[in-house]
Amino acid sequence: MITNLRWKVVTVIVVFIVFFAVGIYPIAAAHYGIKDPSWLLDKQLRLGLDLKGGVHLVLRVQTDTALRVETEQEMERLRQELATRNINVTNMTQPSAISFRVEGVPPAQDAAFRQAAAEVQANFDRSTGVNGAYTFTMKPNVQLNLRDDAVVQARQTIERRVNELGVTEPSIAQEGQNGDQILVQLPGVSDVNRAKEVIQSTGLLELKIVEQGPAPTQEALMQNGQVPPGMEIVPGASGTPGDAGTVYYLVRKVAAVTGRDVRSARVQVDSNNQPAVGFTLSSEGGRKFGKVSGENIGRSLAIILDHRVQSAPRLEGRITTDGQITGIFSQEEVQNLALILRSGALPADLTYLQEQTIGPSLGADSIKSGVIASVVGLLLIIGFMLVYYRLSGVNAVVALLFNLVILLGLMAYIGAVMTLPGIAGFVLTMGIGVDSNVLIFERIKEELDAQRGVRAAINAGFARVFWTLIDTHVAALISCAFLFQFGTGPIRGFAVTLFIGLISNLFTSIFVSKTLFETALAGRRQVATLSI
Amino acid sequence: MHIFKHANYDFLRWRVHALVVSWVIILAGVFAIATKGIPKGVEFAGGTVVIEKFDRPTSVDEVRTALDRNYPGGGQNTVVQSYGDPAMHLVMIRVPSTGAESGTSLSATAQQVEDALKKANIGTFERSGAEIVSPTVGRELTSKGIWATVLSLIGILAYLAFRFQFSFGVGAVVATIHDLLITLAFLAFFRYDMTLNVIAAILTMTGFSTNDTIVIFDRIRENLRSMRRDSMPHIINASVNQTLSRTIITSGTALLTALALFFFGGEVLHGFAFTMVVGIITGTYSSVFIAAAIVSFWRGNAPTRAAAHAPGMVPAANAAPQQPTRKTKPARKARAS
Repeated sequence: MITNLRWKVVTVIVVFIVFFAVGIYPIAAAHYGIKDPSWLLDKQLRLGLDLKGGVHLVLRVQTDTALRVETEQEMERLRQELATRNINVTNMTQPSAISFRVEGVPPAQDAAFRQAAAEVQANFDRSTGVNGAYTFTMKPNVQLNLRDDAVVQARQTIERRVNELGVTEPSIAQEGQNGDQILVQLPGVSDVNRAKEVIQSTGLLELKIVEQGPAPTQEALMQNGQVPPGMEIVPGASGTPGDAGTVYYLVRKVAAVTGRDVRSARVQVDSNNQPAVGFTLSSEGGRKFGKVSGENIGRSLAIILDHRVQSAPRLEGRITTDGQITGIFSQEEVQNLALILRSGALPADLTYLQEQTIGPSLGADSIKSGVIASVVGLLLIIGFMLVYYRLSGVNAVVALLFNLVILLGLMAYIGAVMTLPGIAGFVLTMGIGVDSNVLIFERIKEELDAQRGVRAAINAGFARVFWTLIDTHVAALISCAFLFQFGTGPIRGFAVTLFIGLISNLFTSIFVSKTLFETALAGRRQVATLSI
Repeated sequence: MHIFKHANYDFLRWRVHALVVSWVIILAGVFAIATKGIPKGVEFAGGTVVIEKFDRPTSVDEVRTALDRNYPGGGQNTVVQSYGDPAMHLVMIRVPSTGAESGTSLSATAQQVEDALKKANIGTFERSGAEIVSPTVGRELTSKGIWATVLSLIGILAYLAFRFQFSFGVGAVVATIHDLLITLAFLAFFRYDMTLNVIAAILTMTGFSTNDTIVIFDRIRENLRSMRRDSMPHIINASVNQTLSRTIITSGTALLTALALFFFGGEVLHGFAFTMVVGIITGTYSSVFIAAAIVSFWRGNAPTRAAAHAPGMVPAANAAPQQPTRKTKPARKARAS
């Protein structure tokens, strides 16, 4: 019995020391400016955005864009394929994001068309209409995959961009009912607008051969009121300094090179000493670009960013891997553009759903009131327990403090984030945590009233209440789990605090408290009264 | 020290009165919600909130006048409040959604508010915090919040049905729904904004309002074994009385901390703390007057012999012969269909 108790005491002390070292010591050390031992101070309890200050953004990925682009590309591939096989169709259109239509396939070439179309069969369902018309619709599972990919890619791109911004401990996560929302948290950032600009610009770079232009209106580039097949019209700045007007270029629809082929990008100055962005292509991209530029010497090359021509320099010779984007840029624009090109293009457009900024002074104020509320709550409870349960109250208070140490220690250890609602959870954990002790003590009182001895009453009190405690804690954990599921950021911090608090409370009320009683009674043969 | 030594109140006698009181509050709440609604926080309604830190004390009226004059639409339906610690000269301004809070124009409204303040020349200020929410967010949040609440109730019902009996699970869940409705009623009476934090408090409450209920149920289960000859209402009453001081004390300590949060926790936690205070009080009331009453309504005054299916800790010899209590139920169901 005694050795058993000794082991219990050792366990309690070891647990206390470990959690104290992980949870409390780093906070105290930071407060007093102590730097040693560093291995212990690595795992600090982290503060959430609402306490530290920063920017919180929620974006939605417009996955439809990704589908439209994919459909367009497949249609263009088919068009090229048909051209090489000399199959002449009258028209190709894209009526929706997920489908395109081919009209006027000559009856004689129908079999050849089907053969050529077989290439896109894997991703599209083909249905046959009248007069040699065919409609290609993207398969549902392909759509789903594309949408998922678009969101994941968007998240990764945003991650890279945010890292380039140099934010410490950013958090970027997917959320939302369709999983198409991205939550971006940037602690310590105060310039929302720059962050938003860098995150949101699509960064789609395309280099396309100019067929005609620049022209002042779109109509000037059309033939019989229509855009020639395989071409498109892209607006751009006129390029003459001081002229804000828009001009139009007729360019080939298929890009010679896209941003995917860009390996690096950096800030440079152009021949006029204006800020510009230099880029280097991958070797594969360089090969493609070398071929196209070699074939088109003397023509212009449009450098198109986010569907707008930035500049259209003449190709003076064959270019392979290095190029430069010039235009009318400010130094900051150039920096952002280089950053965006390095991190890659977004696969789809983004819209902002929510923006929250918390200034550092607001966060500090929240911490202050949170700490005051915690201290007041703690003192009230300690006072009450000591008055009402006297010496046994000391037991409950020790268990309570123990609970807090474990809570802080575990949170620091698993890298949980302390938020303002988390502090509330902390306070509530104390208020509700003593519940277990009250339950046990009231039961012990009842057993004492039933004329049991002190030891028997204590044992019975703990034993009888054990399953009640399990039941109440499981019910609370269930609602806690759904709370975690429901919330984001601060609310999750709250749920995590409560969850850990509940579990450590089970340990302290059942194990620690009992051990304390046993230790107090050990070595006393006859115990007649209990201060409770 | 004892709060109640040998308490012996006839709680079940009051069950009808209790139900009347609860229904009155709930119906008044429904009326308040139907006529005036629960004000929605910016997360749910969409719109823009900015918190500006002025370099000198600035009255709310000054800010409101500035908005009336210079903000497009004349500052209609805007909320202006001083915020947090008065020494920090913070003013919170909330303007309703203009429908443009998405995409690139997300922060246009915030900019307009600040332009309006600048024009009025009421001292220099800087943005200390902002929250801008597009109207689409609210709908998703609402459905998520409702789902989380419903699922957690189902989870608790299932657990209690597994650990106790179905009637106990029903009692606990009805009591919790009761607490939810009463809390919503009080939120409507006192015009607290429905925010994420309030939802979190409501969800927390569902977990903890079952706490008291479970403790009482546990005692009923225990007494069903030891007081086998007594009638169900008698056992329920005895159980509520035996656990009464514990119920009062734990609600008291929980209430103390919730009150500490309410008074000292700062602006952001105000609604949260209020919800917790109401939730704790109604949770205690409902577990004493409602939950147990439901069990007795549900089971009537049936003999209690085969009542509790014993949990694992009871030695087999001790347990009453396990007569399935609701053998008649499938038959009844069959007839009904």
